[in-house]
Amino acid sequence: MASSNKTHWLLHVLFIFIACSTILPIILVFMVSITDETTIAQNGYSFLPQKISFEAYRYLFLDSMTIIRAYGVTIFITVVGTLGGLLLTALLAYPISRKDFPYKNGLTFFVFFTMLFNGGLVPWYLVFTKLIPLKDTVWSLVIPGLLLNGFFVLIMRTFFATSIPMAIIESAYMDGASESKIFVQIVIPLSTPVLATVGLFNTLAYWNDWFNSLVFLSNSKLYSLQYLLNKILLNIQFLAQNSRNTNAAQLMATLPTETVRMAMAIIGIGPIVLAYPFFQKYFVKGLTVGAVKG
Amino acid sequence: MAAKQLTNKRTFWRQMNRYKSLWLMALPGIIYLLLNNYLPMFGTMIAFKNINYAKGIWNSDWVGLKNFEYLFNTSDAFVITRNTILYNAAFIVITLVCSVTLAILLNEVRKQLAKKFYQSALLLPYFLSAVIVAYLVYSLLSSEYGFLNKVVLPMFGLDPISWYNEPKYWPWILIIVNTWKGVGYSCVIYIAAIVGIDSEYYEAAVIDGASKWQQVRHITIPLLMPVITTLVLLSIGRIFYADFGLFYQVPLDSGMLLPVTNVIDTYVYRGLLQLGDLGMSSAAGLYQSLVGFILVLVSNAVVRKFNRDQALF
Repeated sequence: MASSNKTHWLLHVLFIFIACSTILPIILVFMVSITDETTIAQNGYSFLPQKISFEAYRYLFLDSMTIIRAYGVTIFITVVGTLGGLLLTALLAYPISRKDFPYKNGLTFFVFFTMLFNGGLVPWYLVFTKLIPLKDTVWSLVIPGLLLNGFFVLIMRTFFATSIPMAIIESAYMDGASESKIFVQIVIPLSTPVLATVGLFNTLAYWNDWFNSLVFLSNSKLYSLQYLLNKILLNIQFLAQNSRNTNAAQLMATLPTETVRMAMAIIGIGPIVLAYPFFQKYFVKGLTVGAVKG
Repeated sequence: MAAKQLTNKRTFWRQMNRYKSLWLMALPGIIYLLLNNYLPMFGTMIAFKNINYAKGIWNSDWVGLKNFEYLFNTSDAFVITRNTILYNAAFIVITLVCSVTLAILLNEVRKQLAKKFYQSALLLPYFLSAVIVAYLVYSLLSSEYGFLNKVVLPMFGLDPISWYNEPKYWPWILIIVNTWKGVGYSCVIYIAAIVGIDSEYYEAAVIDGASKWQQVRHITIPLLMPVITTLVLLSIGRIFYADFGLFYQVPLDSGMLLPVTNVIDTYVYRGLLQLGDLGMSSAAGLYQSLVGFILVLVSNAVVRKFNRDQALF
């Protein structure tokens, strides 16, 4: 008994250590963001600042247009991308889930092959800049790459095929319901678990995306939140250059660079960390769905 | 049944007509995949051309394997291939060992509340974007104010290190960051698989006097094998693809670190958007896709040979 207590105790020590490793870096960034700039110049980043100051947040609040715009872009692409992506995924997954659809095997392979082979970045980039000129539009953050993922189509197909009895669909068809009516009124309501799963994956992909901004944008007005954060981490002056305040030089002089940088990070992490406890358990369920092979 | 007989009798067009609504539903997705996935596949011919914008992509001159010759004559090809494969191999092994171990251990935690908390903490980094991860790493490593240089190293009487200029530390840093970020994801999958194991196995083992370690070795790990194989197989198939965010964002795109942080994905990106060298970067991209494709097929075939059910296709 004593030894089992001891191992349990060790288990807790191990996991508390791991939990600290994931949570403490975020706390460090937060503590830096509320530290006084001169304290940082003396002591560097630390968990227990000698002097606390909210100057960084005050600064960001005074000149918040850049951040608000980036938030707006990110919210827009997340909502439009998630809903549009879900619709496209479900609409493609449904026909190939139907046992009676004569072309389901060919179409399934058409989807599956996209998971095996791709053309690489260069031709993909040219498709969305030369053929379909999306460069420097907000749509370049919504459409290329993220909208529809073959893997999710296959997961949804498996869900439709295994959890929606063919008998229901057949009888509805016999009763004269159109295919679209069957899809909207029978299939969709019965599929909320898989829709929620794929929806969450889509939301996270759009919310966290910076790659499309990196590749397709030169207009800083369209930067998504993550890409704005990237720009500021590499070059804090970016914030001053892009502010509406015309007196950028003077602004730079008063800019508490280190704390503002970390305050920006907190503004970027905030929504995810705040929402995390609520959607985490759905996500865990979703991961389990995702682990089942297509 | 009746529906099946009917479809057999119907001609092609009548069948198309019967299923035209299903075709219409699938159409937007089909068009999307054609544009986003299939068109770039045909675009790989760029790798065999000398692109001249004045002539357009179609009319540019064919140069055969010239682009590939250039690529493989530089030392770049070796460095990026080595980095991509070695990092990914290390990631696969370390993530596998850590996540299976943690999943088994977490399953032993009896207090439900603590278990939930640990699992949430473990999964948290998975939700953070590469940019945020870059901030977290920067807060630790920044040479002027970073936590390591200002607090940790002085505690041991060591001199500060200019982390973003010192390539020798980065293989370790990248491996730690990747494990930190990804372990929660596969851990959750393994936990789900462990929870699914019939408790009768363990009850029988306890009656036979099996120790905890024997239970893990003879019940848990063998029963986890299908999930382990699937996940490892997926990652071996992807061994030629690197996590762009990890290798581009976390080292802050530092030029000094390129020898140890440049991977095929970042090389292709730099070739395309920083150097504008379409030929070479599409050759590198095609090299990546082709080898990746072959690796997926081979690793799948290997597993198929041993155990059909565990193969992906």
